Amino acid sequence: MIKAIIIDDEPLAREIIKEYLQTNNDVEIIAECNDGFEGMKSIQKLQPELIFLDIQMPKINGFEMLELVENPPAVIFTTAFDEYAIRAFDQNAIDYLLKPFSKDRFEQALKKFQQTNSVGPVQNILEEAALSPIQQNRIVVKDGTKIKIIPVTKIYYLESADDYVKIISAEGTFLKNRTMSFYENSLAQFHFIRIHRSYIVNSQLITRIDPFEKDSHTVLLNTGQRLQVSKTGYTKLKEALGF
Amino acid sequence: MAESVFSEKKFFIYFQVWWVIAAVFQYFIIRQKAFDNFHILTDAISSNLILGMICYFLANNMRYYLPREEKYWYIIISSIIVCFIWLILIQLVFNIFFPDGDAYLQFYKSTYAIRFGAGFLLVSSINMFSLLLYNQQAQKEITARQSETEKLNREAELTKLRQQLQPHFLFNSLNSISSLTASSPEKARQMIQQLSEFLRGMLKKDDEKFISLKTEMQYLNLYLEIEKVRFGHRLQTEILYSQQEENALLPPMILQPIVENAIKYGLYDTLDEVLISIKGRLDDHQLIITVTNPYDPESGRGPRGTGFGLSSIRRRLFLLYSRKDLVQVSELENLFTTELRIPQL
Repeated sequence: MIKAIIIDDEPLAREIIKEYLQTNNDVEIIAECNDGFEGMKSIQKLQPELIFLDIQMPKINGFEMLELVENPPAVIFTTAFDEYAIRAFDQNAIDYLLKPFSKDRFEQALKKFQQTNSVGPVQNILEEAALSPIQQNRIVVKDGTKIKIIPVTKIYYLESADDYVKIISAEGTFLKNRTMSFYENSLAQFHFIRIHRSYIVNSQLITRIDPFEKDSHTVLLNTGQRLQVSKTGYTKLKEALGF
Repeated sequence: MAESVFSEKKFFIYFQVWWVIAAVFQYFIIRQKAFDNFHILTDAISSNLILGMICYFLANNMRYYLPREEKYWYIIISSIIVCFIWLILIQLVFNIFFPDGDAYLQFYKSTYAIRFGAGFLLVSSINMFSLLLYNQQAQKEITARQSETEKLNREAELTKLRQQLQPHFLFNSLNSISSLTASSPEKARQMIQQLSEFLRGMLKKDDEKFISLKTEMQYLNLYLEIEKVRFGHRLQTEILYSQQEENALLPPMILQPIVENAIKYGLYDTLDEVLISIKGRLDDHQLIITVTNPYDPESGRGPRGTGFGLSSIRRRLFLLYSRKDLVQVSELENLFTTELRIPQL
C-alpha cells in the first residue's frame, strides 16, 4: 500500500480524491490536512510516500510548505491555476491535476507515480516555483518550531554559509537550506543583486558605494552594514543602478 | 456633405437684411449727386440684388467645394471674378432701363473703381463668413464623432471591467460540483443552479447601468452561497442594510470583486473561521458600503488595495462618476475595510 496525504483547504476537493481512490487498493489516505502547517506536521510525523497538494492555501502556499519539509515525498499537485502558471513544474512534479479533473486523469497521474516510483526532485520544483507568477514576494523560514514569513522588502542581504544561506532581515537572521544561485535568480525580480560570491544584497537599501583596495568596492546599507563587492559584482551594480 | 449655411432660417433673414441695408446706403450716397429717384433706386436695387444673388450662389456652393483653411486665396480670386461679372451685369440692366446716352451711364462708368472696391469687400466678407461657418460645422461633426467613439470605448471598457471573473473561482467551484455529484447530487444541482444564475448576471450586457442595492445583494448572495459550499464552515458572512437603502442605486456587480478580495485575504491569511461583513448605509446622498475582513499584517503579502480587483473597481467608478476618491481602504487591528461611496444622483 502506498501511504498518501491530501493537503487542500477545500473539503469537497479532498472528498473527490478520496472518492476516486475508493476503487483503488494500492493507495491509502493516512491523513487529510486543511492547510500547509497541518500538512507539514503530518508529513514529518507520518512520512507518507505521496502527497496530493493544493497550491493556494491559507497562510502558506503549497510550495512554501514543501520548502519547509525535510526530504519531501513525491508530489502530485492539484490546483485550479491555469496550465500556463503550472506548466513550469511539468518536468519535476510527478504530475499536476487541473481542477476539476476526471477519474481517468487522476489514475493516469497515479500510474505515473507508480512507474517512476522514486521521490521526485522536489528541489527543482521549488526552484522553478520561485520564478512562477504564483509565487509571492516573501520567504518562509523556520524559527525553532515556529514558522515565520518574511516579506522580501524586509530582507537586508543574504550571505552564503557552507551548505546554507543566511538571511539577514529586520525580523532576524535565519538559515535556509538553499543555494546562493537559487536566491540570486528568484530574488532578482525584487531588486536583489549578487554583489559577491558570498553576498546578495537588497539594492534598494544601498546608500553608498565606496572604493576598497584594488579592483573592489564596498556598499553601505541604510541599516549600517557594510558589504564587500567583487569586480563582477560591481559591474552588476552599475548595470542595475545605472551609474 | 455639409448643410447649406442658408438652411438656418435666421441666417438667411440676416443675409437678406444685410443686402437691404447695403441698398439703402447706396441710395443715400448717390442721392448726394443730382439724380432722380428712378435712376438711383434702379441702381441701388439692381446692384444689390444681383450681388446678393451671386453671393447666395457662391456661399451655397461652398458646401460642395469647401476650400481648405489655408486656401484663402480661393476666396480672394473668386471674389474678384465675381465683382467683374457683377459690374458687367449692372451695365446690362442699365442698358435695358436707361436710354442710350443717359447721363447716369456716364456716372456709372466714373464709379467703376469704387463699386468694384465696395463689391469686393461685401463679397469677400460674406464668403469668408460662410467659410468659417462651414468649417465650424465640420469641426462640430468631428467632435461629435470623437465623443461618440469615446462613449463606445468607455462602454466597452465598462462592460469588460464588469465581466471580469476570476478563473480560479470558476474552476474551484466546478471542482466542488464535481465532488458533490457523487456524494450529494441534489446539492450539486443546486450549486450548478446558483453558479449559472451568478454567471448570467455577470455576463449580462449593460442594458441597465444601475441596479438597486436589493438586486445587487441577490447576486452577491449567489456568489457567497457558492463560496460557502467551497470553504464550508470557515466562511461566515453578515450582510446589514435597512429597507431605506434597498432602492439605492449602484453599478451592477460592483460588490462581488470587493467581497472576493475580502474572502481571499480573510481565508488565506488566517486558519480560523472568517467573518466577512458587508454593511450598507445612506449618508448625504451617498450609498456607503463597507466590506470588512480579518487579515494578517504579518503575512508579507505587501501593501493592500493595489490588487487588480480594487483597481478595476476604481476604474469603473471613475468612468461612471469621474471621481477617484470613491474607493477607500483602511487597516485597523487585524481588520481590513474597503469602503465604497456611490453617489445617489
